[in-house]
Amino acid sequence: MGEEKDMVDMTAHTQERTWSRYSRQERLTRFAVYAITLFAIVWAVRDIDIFWPWVWDAPNQIQSLAVRMWPLDFSGWMAIGSALMETVHIATLSTFLTAFIALPVSYIAAQNTTPNKVTLWIGRLILVSSRSVNTIIWALLFVAIFGPGVLAGILAVMFRSIGFIGKLMGEAIEEIDKKPVEAMQATGASKLKVVAYAIVPQVMPAFFAIIILRWDINIRESTVLGLVGAGGIGVLLQGSIDTFAWQTVATILLAIIVLVILGEAITSVLRKKVI
Amino acid sequence: MLKISNLEKRYGKNEPVLKGLDLTVDGSSVVSIVGASGAGKSTLLRCINRLVEPTSGRIQLNGLDLVDLRGAELRRARRKIGMVFQGFNLIDRLTVMENVLSGRLGYVSLYRAITRKYPQSDIDRAFHLMERVGIDHYANKRADQLSGGERQRVAVVRALMQEPEILLADEPTASLDPKTSQQIMSLLQALASEMDLPVLINIHNVTQARMYTDRIVGMRHGQMIFDGGPKDFNQDALDAIYGGIESPDEQGQTIETAPAAEGASV
Amino acid sequence: MTEKPSHTVGGQSNRTWKKPPFISNPVVRYSLMAGIAVYLYWAFSSLPFDWARIAEGLPRAGRIFGGAIPPNFERSDLLMKGFKESFQIAFLATLLGVSLSVPIAVMAAKNVAPKPIYLLGRSLIIVSRSFHPVIVAILFVAAVGFGPFAGILTLTLYSIGFVAKLLAEEIEEIDWGQVEAMKSVGAGYFKTLIYGVFPQVLPRQIGLSMYQLDSNLRASAVVGIVGAGGIGGTLMNAFGRYDYDFAFAILLLIIGIILVSEGISGWVRKKIW
Repeated sequence: MGEEKDMVDMTAHTQERTWSRYSRQERLTRFAVYAITLFAIVWAVRDIDIFWPWVWDAPNQIQSLAVRMWPLDFSGWMAIGSALMETVHIATLSTFLTAFIALPVSYIAAQNTTPNKVTLWIGRLILVSSRSVNTIIWALLFVAIFGPGVLAGILAVMFRSIGFIGKLMGEAIEEIDKKPVEAMQATGASKLKVVAYAIVPQVMPAFFAIIILRWDINIRESTVLGLVGAGGIGVLLQGSIDTFAWQTVATILLAIIVLVILGEAITSVLRKKVI
Repeated sequence: MLKISNLEKRYGKNEPVLKGLDLTVDGSSVVSIVGASGAGKSTLLRCINRLVEPTSGRIQLNGLDLVDLRGAELRRARRKIGMVFQGFNLIDRLTVMENVLSGRLGYVSLYRAITRKYPQSDIDRAFHLMERVGIDHYANKRADQLSGGERQRVAVVRALMQEPEILLADEPTASLDPKTSQQIMSLLQALASEMDLPVLINIHNVTQARMYTDRIVGMRHGQMIFDGGPKDFNQDALDAIYGGIESPDEQGQTIETAPAAEGASV
Repeated sequence: MTEKPSHTVGGQSNRTWKKPPFISNPVVRYSLMAGIAVYLYWAFSSLPFDWARIAEGLPRAGRIFGGAIPPNFERSDLLMKGFKESFQIAFLATLLGVSLSVPIAVMAAKNVAPKPIYLLGRSLIIVSRSFHPVIVAILFVAAVGFGPFAGILTLTLYSIGFVAKLLAEEIEEIDWGQVEAMKSVGAGYFKTLIYGVFPQVLPRQIGLSMYQLDSNLRASAVVGIVGAGGIGGTLMNAFGRYDYDFAFAILLLIIGIILVSEGISGWVRKKIW
């Protein structure tokens, strides 16, 4: 009977207790975040320069474009094949050449190998400016300089890849096990010898993995270079779109998918070989 | 001969880790340095080859002042000081032979180092030393494929490749199982006498210090509080070094069983 | 344990040692090296370099950079308009993409979706990932016309491809015990999702959204180049009209904004983690 009395007491107490998921402070913060988000949505939707009737018509338009793409037109397969080859060449050559440039950059951009503060900042500046400018914008610049063609494409892909490879390599260098470095210093080795023996062997696997990863990305990037005139399959794509040859466009899109999937398959095989 | 006088080391503005330490090691004696973690043993060894910069004091090796050396002079001095580490500090992805030859980095040119074209005399020396410690058949194996004891042998050979005038060993057996650590200790002892080489060993295991070394130096709070032969190292000395310090299991055991073991071996 | 060996070194026949080659099989090694050399030769010789045009490149580069410095920020209304539109595109596309990616991710997670639904979800993700956003943008521009709407559609698809894929992987790795607990109290499928699955992946989802907002902002500068609205179009026009000082100003602003947005997104992700 005593038990029952306790229970009665408990209910008497709990009547006044409430429970809610968040405290007052938390609820205020959440409310503020929601309000700001909602406000931003309303502002963006009302302010953006969109002709709404087109939006409601979009499903029809997309469907009719899709219809115009069918059936695929394979008559230009020779040209498509050689443009694909050119795309692969651009990606491969630029990745290959970037490897040589990105290594010294990563060396000076890594805190534990850079010779001094000035070189560290130079290295970081190179990485940041390379990474912040998209491949296609680099391509725009190089097309303006060297004219349309593969050279502009190769340079564009290289200039973007330097930042990518350099940054990841710099991080790999910063994350090495420092014990072998200490051991090499203890033998009386000079700085370059310490690098050659204690750092290079440790970052080699990372280096190959990063190069392979970037090659895969560069294949994708190289497919669009042609849209600004920098070579590869994109030139053909742009030309077909301009002439409303939608069936050829569809074939080119299919070819790009095949290329990207092949690239992914090759990279996954290579990655297994390296690791 | 190694002569350390009034050595002090402090990190930043903290309490010094080494407080005016004096130590002289001559001939081919094997000296063990015992003390609790944080007593300054590791800092002491690293001050000798300047992996750690001493704050003040003097360190002389065979008449050469080590404390003021810079750049190439420091590297020339370092190649005369071999060092063996607790974690072996091998370059895992290189072969055993490359690890061993890296002990010659202070001698060979950068070109030879990078192309791995070492002088024939170095290669002969490497094979000879590897045979001596029983790892010559591993020459072309990658270092990370070896067991702990074998890896430490590689590290010992690498240090000996430097043709050192002194060998420093920082907890060389702390990462090894008891049997292997005894083998490494007895190897260090034997090599010291074969090569007429003074050896300084930081060690946790007091029993091994007594069994394999000629002289024991006890450290506490950055100061030397015991210096004598294994026979003089009694319970009082142990208490002075470890007393009042929460000791790990292994040490606790050592402190209790050490006198008995000593009595039995004498 | 004897001293003998050290005296007999000289007497021993000299043993040589060479670093074992990177690839031990000599046939594979040399054919690989030859293959690389042949490929490089072939690639370089097959590419159509217009050397006459390239030779003009250096003086032209000088002219371009000469014309670009100092950058010209005078037409700030045009700059503002372009960047504002890029922000709007990125923001709306992130919202749309992230909200759509939740159901798609649930569909594409092996452990919570039935097999046919799973395959449908996977193929949705694969389709939205297979093309570079610039190609998607050019197709949408062709379908729905120039302007930010094409940009929003492009980046929505781009966001789905990335967020849904990673979220599905995250859902596949959840602690199943919590789901079983919800099932055992009698919760239905959607209640189990809300109580047993979503709380586990929520931090990850917020982190992914922040990351995606950041990358959409980057991408929005690019899709404009093919006519899908935002600052990219402004940049393209500046290049087309040889307004290199204005183009350089746009580029500097793009870099600055990307750095700031990267910083903010990193900070938010760190706080939420």
